[in-house]
Amino acid sequence: MEINCETIEHLADLSNFSVSDTENKSLQKDLNGILKYISQLDEVDVKDVEPTYQVFEMENVWREDEILPQEASREELLALTKEQKDNQIKVPKVL
Amino acid sequence: MKIANQKVSAVRLVEDALKKAKEFADYNIFTFINEEGALKKAREIDEKIAKGEPVGKLAGVPYALKDNFLSKEGETTASAHILQGFESPITSTTVAKLEAEGAIMIGRTNLDAFAHGSSTENSYFGPTLNSHDKTRVAGGSSGGSAVAVALDIVEFATGTDTGGSIRQPASFNGVYGLKPTYGCISRYGVVAMASSTDCIGFFTKSTEDMDLLMSVVSGKDSKDLTTLDDYYNETEVKPAKKVGVIKEFDNDSVDINIRNALKAKCELLKSKGYEIVELDMPALKYALAAYYIIVPAEVASNLSRYDGVRYGFRSENSKGLDELYANTRDEGYMPENKRRIMIGNFVLSSGFYDAYFLKAAKVRTLIVKEYENAFSKCDFILTPVSPNPAFKLGEKVDDPVAMYLEDLMSVSLNLAGVPGLAIPAGETAEGLPIGLQIVGPRRSDKNLIEFANVLKEDK
Repeated sequence: MEINCETIEHLADLSNFSVSDTENKSLQKDLNGILKYISQLDEVDVKDVEPTYQVFEMENVWREDEILPQEASREELLALTKEQKDNQIKVPKVL
Repeated sequence: MKIANQKVSAVRLVEDALKKAKEFADYNIFTFINEEGALKKAREIDEKIAKGEPVGKLAGVPYALKDNFLSKEGETTASAHILQGFESPITSTTVAKLEAEGAIMIGRTNLDAFAHGSSTENSYFGPTLNSHDKTRVAGGSSGGSAVAVALDIVEFATGTDTGGSIRQPASFNGVYGLKPTYGCISRYGVVAMASSTDCIGFFTKSTEDMDLLMSVVSGKDSKDLTTLDDYYNETEVKPAKKVGVIKEFDNDSVDINIRNALKAKCELLKSKGYEIVELDMPALKYALAAYYIIVPAEVASNLSRYDGVRYGFRSENSKGLDELYANTRDEGYMPENKRRIMIGNFVLSSGFYDAYFLKAAKVRTLIVKEYENAFSKCDFILTPVSPNPAFKLGEKVDDPVAMYLEDLMSVSLNLAGVPGLAIPAGETAEGLPIGLQIVGPRRSDKNLIEFANVLKEDK
């Protein structure tokens, strides 16, 4: 597997980045280097081995489905955005 | 640590810390100095002491906060441009617990942006310099916190450790650094990097201070469902008998000073009646590759939330919403953030998931089992933290794989969820600190800290 210009464009798209041509080249070099390193897992035999996704000692931790008081108010949260109007966050047009 | 009382005022302790922080400004340790806020809190504590009212276990103790912990003092930026301007309306549980005991945050410390890195050179605010040699890196990602403690500016500092970000800078600067058992300390209000390996911990100058801090912050938090019940304060310390050393880590790729330091500690242990057990842990060879698949995958997910819409930096002059996201993320992230996000999306993407992410998750199982097996043969494992002492600024920053190799001996603990304590273990001929780490089974944190006392040279 080799990461090329198109792969970078696809990954940039998945990652929500705009990537310049110069950056695309340096990313190809860096990502191929990383890929080469992580590909050494090819030599490990994992037949019949179950995957581990987390090392917490419990599976599901349940709580009541109820609204609890929150530390931050709506006003405080809205104050964090660059632009707001009528108690809403304002962004450039979507369509 | 020095705690405020009738004789030593909190204002005095805080003023001293602030003065030192200014003296060492050229090390680029802090992203924010909390002068007014810290002095105000110190005066309140002194008033309580004067009135004879009760004060906490950490009354007036100045500390440094890694800049990825949310609190209402200063902006929380994670040393990333994309979070600049973010003033948190909430306080992380760790900060709340420390401050409830009277600890006073005097500054926020520099890190590799979003804790992605092993040198603090990936910070938007530039690198932090090593406490022992200004031409060398502080280590990372918690470089600012390690240097703040090593230069004696503060009594302790907080850190986060996803793959070595506490232990490696601790060893590069000659202080103690603990990565606790996964789930021991609440992560509520800390900028997430990789949710299955992220841990909160501390930098201290002594084992006693580490124990005190752990006793304050450990335990279940309803705001973080991955926290365990407080086992730390319930632990009965048991004497250890057998200490393991890992055969695979004793080779020419490890700096001779570090190998010698490890041998010297083994001799010390033998002289004190401990048995040294040689361990074969062949799966550890693959820990770094598995780590740099699993962690970027989780990073790609956790960092998808930063888009310039709700908080932090927003790129100007974008025509549409998609352009706003892309421009903000392009301008707001450091190159290493982008590499990790893209690798993460690669290993998770259709066609590559089985070959990379699923494979790494299976290798993780082998690593977990290898540690379980090792701890059936010994009480603790003693290993290097990193293959070398602090390296030169600029030496590895343009070569991502060379930088990743720094984490070779630290990441397997995070994958297995086991605790590790970095301890000072002498210096090289050039005067650079050497660190070693003690690794224990899950929930052995208190025993690890106690055992570190055995490894101190007799005075």
